Amino acid sequence: MTDLAGPVGGRAKSSFINDPKVRSIGLQLIALVVVVFLGWSFTENARDNLAAQKIATGFGFLDNTAGFGINQTLIPYSETSTYGRAFVVGLLNTLLVAVVGIILATIIGFLVGIGRLSKNFVVRTISTVYVEVLRNLPPLFQILFWYLAVLSAMPGPRNSISLFGEVFISNRGIIIPRPLFGDGAGIVVWAIGLAIFLAILFRHWAASRQEETGRYLPVLRINLGLLIGLPLLAMIVTGFPITFEVPELKGFNFVGGIQVIPEFVALTVALATYTAAFIAENVRSGIQSVSHGQTEAAHSLGLRHAQTLRLVIIPQAMRVIIPPLTSQYLNLTKNSSLAVGIGYPDLVAVFAGTALNQTGQAIEIIAITMGVYLLLSIITATVMNAYNKRVALVER
Amino acid sequence: MSMTFDDGTFIRNEMVEPLPPPKQRIGAVAWMRENLFSGVLNTLLTVLGILAVVWVVPPLVRFMIIDAVWTGENREACLGPEVGACWPFIHAKFGQLIYGFYPISERWRVDIVFAAGALLLVPLMVLSWPFKRINAFLFFVAYPVVAFVLLTGGNINASAFLLERFGLIGGLVGDAQIGGVNLVFWVDYVLTTLLVMAAIGGLIALLGGSGRSAAITTLWVFLSLGLVIFIWDVDVGLDYVETRQWGGLLVTLVIAVTGIVASLPLGILLALGRRSQMPVVRLLSVIFIEFWRGVPLITVLFFATYMLPLFLPQGTNPDALLRALVGVALFSAAYMAEVVRGGLQAIPKGQYEGAMAVGLTWSQMMRLIVLPQALTLVIPGIVNSFISLFKDTTLVLIVSIFDFLGQLRASFTDPNWATPVTLYTGFAFAGVVYFLFCFGMSRYSLFVERRLNTSHRH
Repeated sequence: MTDLAGPVGGRAKSSFINDPKVRSIGLQLIALVVVVFLGWSFTENARDNLAAQKIATGFGFLDNTAGFGINQTLIPYSETSTYGRAFVVGLLNTLLVAVVGIILATIIGFLVGIGRLSKNFVVRTISTVYVEVLRNLPPLFQILFWYLAVLSAMPGPRNSISLFGEVFISNRGIIIPRPLFGDGAGIVVWAIGLAIFLAILFRHWAASRQEETGRYLPVLRINLGLLIGLPLLAMIVTGFPITFEVPELKGFNFVGGIQVIPEFVALTVALATYTAAFIAENVRSGIQSVSHGQTEAAHSLGLRHAQTLRLVIIPQAMRVIIPPLTSQYLNLTKNSSLAVGIGYPDLVAVFAGTALNQTGQAIEIIAITMGVYLLLSIITATVMNAYNKRVALVER
Repeated sequence: MSMTFDDGTFIRNEMVEPLPPPKQRIGAVAWMRENLFSGVLNTLLTVLGILAVVWVVPPLVRFMIIDAVWTGENREACLGPEVGACWPFIHAKFGQLIYGFYPISERWRVDIVFAAGALLLVPLMVLSWPFKRINAFLFFVAYPVVAFVLLTGGNINASAFLLERFGLIGGLVGDAQIGGVNLVFWVDYVLTTLLVMAAIGGLIALLGGSGRSAAITTLWVFLSLGLVIFIWDVDVGLDYVETRQWGGLLVTLVIAVTGIVASLPLGILLALGRRSQMPVVRLLSVIFIEFWRGVPLITVLFFATYMLPLFLPQGTNPDALLRALVGVALFSAAYMAEVVRGGLQAIPKGQYEGAMAVGLTWSQMMRLIVLPQALTLVIPGIVNSFISLFKDTTLVLIVSIFDFLGQLRASFTDPNWATPVTLYTGFAFAGVVYFLFCFGMSRYSLFVERRLNTSHRH
């Protein structure tokens, strides 16, 4: 008799390497070994190379004197400052571009995005052309265009374009009035803070009152009055302590005021307009994602058009708009590293550029630079996930 | 028609002809009232919009066409008041913008690479054409190998390099060149192949698996690798052209295409790793993907230029373009992985379960069932990441590689063409080129999306 059924009651006649569990552990071990080996060989090579090229290691260089100047510093910095200080200056410059760029891009992006849905043919076409052209040109091309073709072509300081005699645009950048804080300016600042606090408080109170009694208060108008009135009152009481120093043309350049360097203007404007094209598309798809039934239902409840927009459409559209919007903000921040192409002193240009060339400590410097951007990404992603959880539709 | 009854009742049983709508509600006038001048704000916007168009478009047309200078030998032609675009400048610099400093007598090689790429790409992009599998193989595998030989001149002497580092008998016998073929290397290669085959096959067989199939797989890997080494190694009689001489649109396309071709397999592996059940593999994939996605490309290029050489063994001094390519490939692989993951997630679970139910192994399931569907779904995503990669290639000018934009910037400094309009002419030309490439690709991606939507309607 031959045993046709195979081993009865015994284990299946198959090798243990066909066991999914064993395979999975084996594969993971192999992956781990490969990664560890790569890491080990990179470290070994790096050690040999650094020793051969006589490059110092460690982060001690951060305390050394940098010895180079930076043409835009938000905090006091001189050639005798340390590399650590230069790093902070670069980081602040990056954040400055990011913040100003994000604000501008959001404003332009929302306007263009709504414009793309406008019933007005002219507005719609202009918005579409804006999006298609700006989206399809490389950002570095646009930055170079603004820098070389627009700002460098501005007239010199003597013939600068003046806006209301307060702001001057020339090939040296934009000069804006500098605010001067006299005695009592602190009170005005406190008044602004108080006004914001009161406005938030009032909004909450008005909302809960409406919930209870159904009575509606014109929150926006009252708050606007509060926000303008209170600081104004403080100004009058303290006798206008905040004045502006208007730039004046003396000789070949301006004296006084704050000079915004052309690199900053070119970078910020180019990044803001470029990112705005993407934001516009997000806004458009967000608004389109709210079904028309919502509008009809709101109208049949008796809400006016503006109320429908504010209370029904926008809250639902924001749910769709905000996640891609944040990744656009992140893109803008990352793209601000293109500054190095026109010499704006951002983190990459100052730290991974000049400091790297001077010290040669590529590993530390590039690791720090990448770490900063990575940290920004992780923070954004965490905040975003938390937000997503809060606004996500709760389904059955 | 109507009916009148005896008692005088009148019943009308036919509708009255509807009156035409009022004149103001139809035609161009009504459309304009409705769409352009429906309110104060709308009217204001219309007027402002028309003013903006009038302010931008006619000067642009005048600059690019009406006032433009079309012929000339040097800057003299483009000097003068009210002169538009200086097209002779572009004409003079055209070769540089396309080929960089690639030797003029060798430019036909670049032309062949461009033409072959287009010839392979067009049938790949037309969705309804047959032979997709072989077409894809030709474009993604054969074309890069051949293009490498054509562009660099081949003959990179990889065999000697490999022999020196990993050779078995090289040290014993020494070099033996016969007809330009390094015989010792190939004997060595065959020996290595047999050894590795025996080792892997034996190990698998020892563990109770199918040693034979493992050995055959190894043989195929070594065979295809050997073929690539052979093609790159053989002296085809072309002059060697350093990558430092490459430039212009050539470099832009080389970086973008290499980035996509290299990132596709890597991205697929990473995407599979990220969706894997194995925690270590998943974690490693997630770290890799999120790391590259979290940093700007510039820092990646700085990493590739300054940091990568430190990580490699002493004496290996990879080419500047190659280093940038490695950086770009790793960077875009992370983005590609996310695109592919989107496709994998869109495949319904039933497909996986069905594949497992008919007894396919994991690799068969992925190769035959899941990936073909997933990759077709993400074609628009792949094209979109190609567009952003194409735009991002401009960044290499920061690490002193002269791509199209870098070459353009360099040409501005030529004193022979120093005129007030040179800068604008250059930007206008480059803008049109970039726009045509990117806009064309984005239209294509939209077209594919629409096509795929109709076939997958549920």
